[in-house]
Amino acid sequence: MKTTSVMIVGVGGQGSLLASRLLGTLLTDEGYDVKVSEVHGMSQRGGSVVTYVRFGDKVYSPIVTEGECDFIISFEKLEAARYAGCLRKGGKIIVNTQEIDPMPVITGAAEYPQKVLEELKAAGFDVDDFDALAPAMEAGSAKAVNIVLMGHFAKCTDIPKEKWINALKKVIQPRFLEMNLKAFELGYQ
Amino acid sequence: MKKLVIGNEAVAWGLYNGGIGLVSSYPGTPSTEITEFLAKHDDIHSEWAPNEKVAMETAFGASLAGMRSVCAMKHVGLNVAADPLFTMSYTGVTAGMVICVADDPAMHSSQNEQDSRHYAIAAKVPMLEPSDSAEAYMFAKNALALSEEYDTPVLLRMCTRIAHSQCVVDIGEREEVPLKDYVKQPAKYIMMPGYAKLRHPVVEERTEKLKALAENCAFNRVEMAENREIGIITSGCSYLYVREVFGDSVSVLKIGMPNPLPEKLIRDFAAQVGKLYVIEELDPVIENHVKALGIEVTGKKLFSAVGEFSQKTIRDAFLKEGLKIAEIPEAQGSAPAVPGRPPMMCSGCPHRGMYYTLVKNKITVIGDIGCYTLGAVAPLNALDSTLCMGASVSGIHGFNAARGRETEKKTVAVIGDSTFMHSGMTGLVNIAYNATNSTVIILDNSITGMTGHQQNPTTGYNIKGDPAAKVDLEALCRALGINRVRVVDPYDLKACEEAVLEELAAEEPSVIISRRPCVLLKYVKPKKPLEVDPDKCRGCRKCMKMGCPSISFREGKAHIDNTLCIGCGVCGQLCAFGAIGGNAE
Repeated sequence: MKTTSVMIVGVGGQGSLLASRLLGTLLTDEGYDVKVSEVHGMSQRGGSVVTYVRFGDKVYSPIVTEGECDFIISFEKLEAARYAGCLRKGGKIIVNTQEIDPMPVITGAAEYPQKVLEELKAAGFDVDDFDALAPAMEAGSAKAVNIVLMGHFAKCTDIPKEKWINALKKVIQPRFLEMNLKAFELGYQ
Repeated sequence: MKKLVIGNEAVAWGLYNGGIGLVSSYPGTPSTEITEFLAKHDDIHSEWAPNEKVAMETAFGASLAGMRSVCAMKHVGLNVAADPLFTMSYTGVTAGMVICVADDPAMHSSQNEQDSRHYAIAAKVPMLEPSDSAEAYMFAKNALALSEEYDTPVLLRMCTRIAHSQCVVDIGEREEVPLKDYVKQPAKYIMMPGYAKLRHPVVEERTEKLKALAENCAFNRVEMAENREIGIITSGCSYLYVREVFGDSVSVLKIGMPNPLPEKLIRDFAAQVGKLYVIEELDPVIENHVKALGIEVTGKKLFSAVGEFSQKTIRDAFLKEGLKIAEIPEAQGSAPAVPGRPPMMCSGCPHRGMYYTLVKNKITVIGDIGCYTLGAVAPLNALDSTLCMGASVSGIHGFNAARGRETEKKTVAVIGDSTFMHSGMTGLVNIAYNATNSTVIILDNSITGMTGHQQNPTTGYNIKGDPAAKVDLEALCRALGINRVRVVDPYDLKACEEAVLEELAAEEPSVIISRRPCVLLKYVKPKKPLEVDPDKCRGCRKCMKMGCPSISFREGKAHIDNTLCIGCGVCGQLCAFGAIGGNAE
């Protein structure tokens, strides 16, 4: 099969590493050749972060470039737009509508682009936007936004839900499992 | 066991299964996880050393004693450890010793993008370079045997993409390697002129043997395709990008041992292909070698020495060369321009209060390497320079020696607790000994922050989290010759300002320890988030001057994000109208 490319993007500290580990574990269990590229170090401090997950029969490059991405999963509204150029024709963007002001907005040097998703849609991008923060809070913590989004993404794949749950059980610490299973359910609905 | 692991975990497994008994490292992105994964094994000795030189010499000592050992560091860490490296090349090893060094093309988390291969060439030691986690595992394991067979330390070069990319690795079992007997060998291990003169020819002979190995080893391989119009010599992650673009339709010489490079292998490959290319990130190391053999080759003319590559780099370059590329991706559209999102200090970061004080008083700040380097960005713009580990303390001394009382009164050095242990102490001795009235602020957040929370000699815990000897920073600074040493809480702006102004005015050198643990530490319990009383807020934006990511401006008033705020209370001290509160005990 052709290689499928997923980008998980957001703001450092939002939990994109865990989301990519969940997806990587799941896809490995499904028997695919998988490559995941993570971000460590400086950009984890509130900077824009991107993690790549690629799977198929044989995957070489761990990264995704312009026009190659099948799915962008964005943890934050503005970040979806930043990486939209990587989306291939016919690809899909799943985006949490939560807004986190970047420093240029905080200092007043720039304005938050409120209508950025409308602009993307008008430009022909397939954008699936929803609020992942409220379900995460309902599950027990704003930190569960990552798993709510992965629950939402799970529906876009043909991998059965039980397989996702099994992978969750592998990557999440037992004491946080209940909250994250709930977050996954809420995202999946 | 088959497992999806990042390159650094694969290296750790390779070394562990290769029978190492000791790892000593200083953390540095992108190398840190190698040591963290090794530290999970209780049957080996693992430690964070105060700096890379200490780490490498510790690993050397273990090898001398007959135990397989390793140290890991980032590329600039190898500058610090260069001294033992060059002479260890002469002494060789008793038990196998591997030095993992991780380069950072594109400077994801570094101050330069130096190419570590130059060290292998200069120190005349072999270097291995894997392309993915599976190779990282094999190369790390084989590096130990190579080290013993050729009596040399072995460099294992990683880069950010390989260190932090996952693929599936088949991880075998640990080979228990017994301690080798310790035998006193003065002529091998005492590097004074008489003995060292005898060792240098040994090094040259070893290089010749390694060159022979390079011609025929599992690290370098030729992958010929039917199409031989072009041939590509490549290594590391560039190999993956070449394969991503061309599949198996081009002929490739993959170099897994960048030092010493093979000659015959390259000549034979070049003779079988049409136009020859070298694709390597950073410097033209392989390219220059090929050119020195008198072979025509295209390298840096097409593939930049700056930054990191991707499949797009390769695709675009060959399209420019007029080559046919099977698949060219078609983008949905171009990404709209959006404001940048640079990294910044966290909400509630204890460094912020001290930086605000320095900026408010227009102090020149000689900076250092760590999370607090982020004080350089807007709106604080607090730093004047950042060079390398420890350079703040040595640098301020030179700065003040050059300009005297004029700058002594309005200049400080800032350095973190871990960086001070790494290489700040000697600079402080110099300030005391050679007498400038310099003021050094140790930003003590009780952890090594930027690399992801590693313990250090000031925290009171070792790599395993067990209690350990704790350096008394105040006593240490006094012992180094500084009489004026004081401690402030950076959450207390008034105390910070008093301390800074008094110490700058003092007629002798001083140290201010700005002490408050990193808010991301598990034991630091956040307070209730603060709130802005919209009736009291006048919209003056004073609270936003310190650049806290929790505070934004909405409809003419300050607004605090209750998912980010940890209730540190610094913004409340800035508000002249008492508009910020809500978490009083």
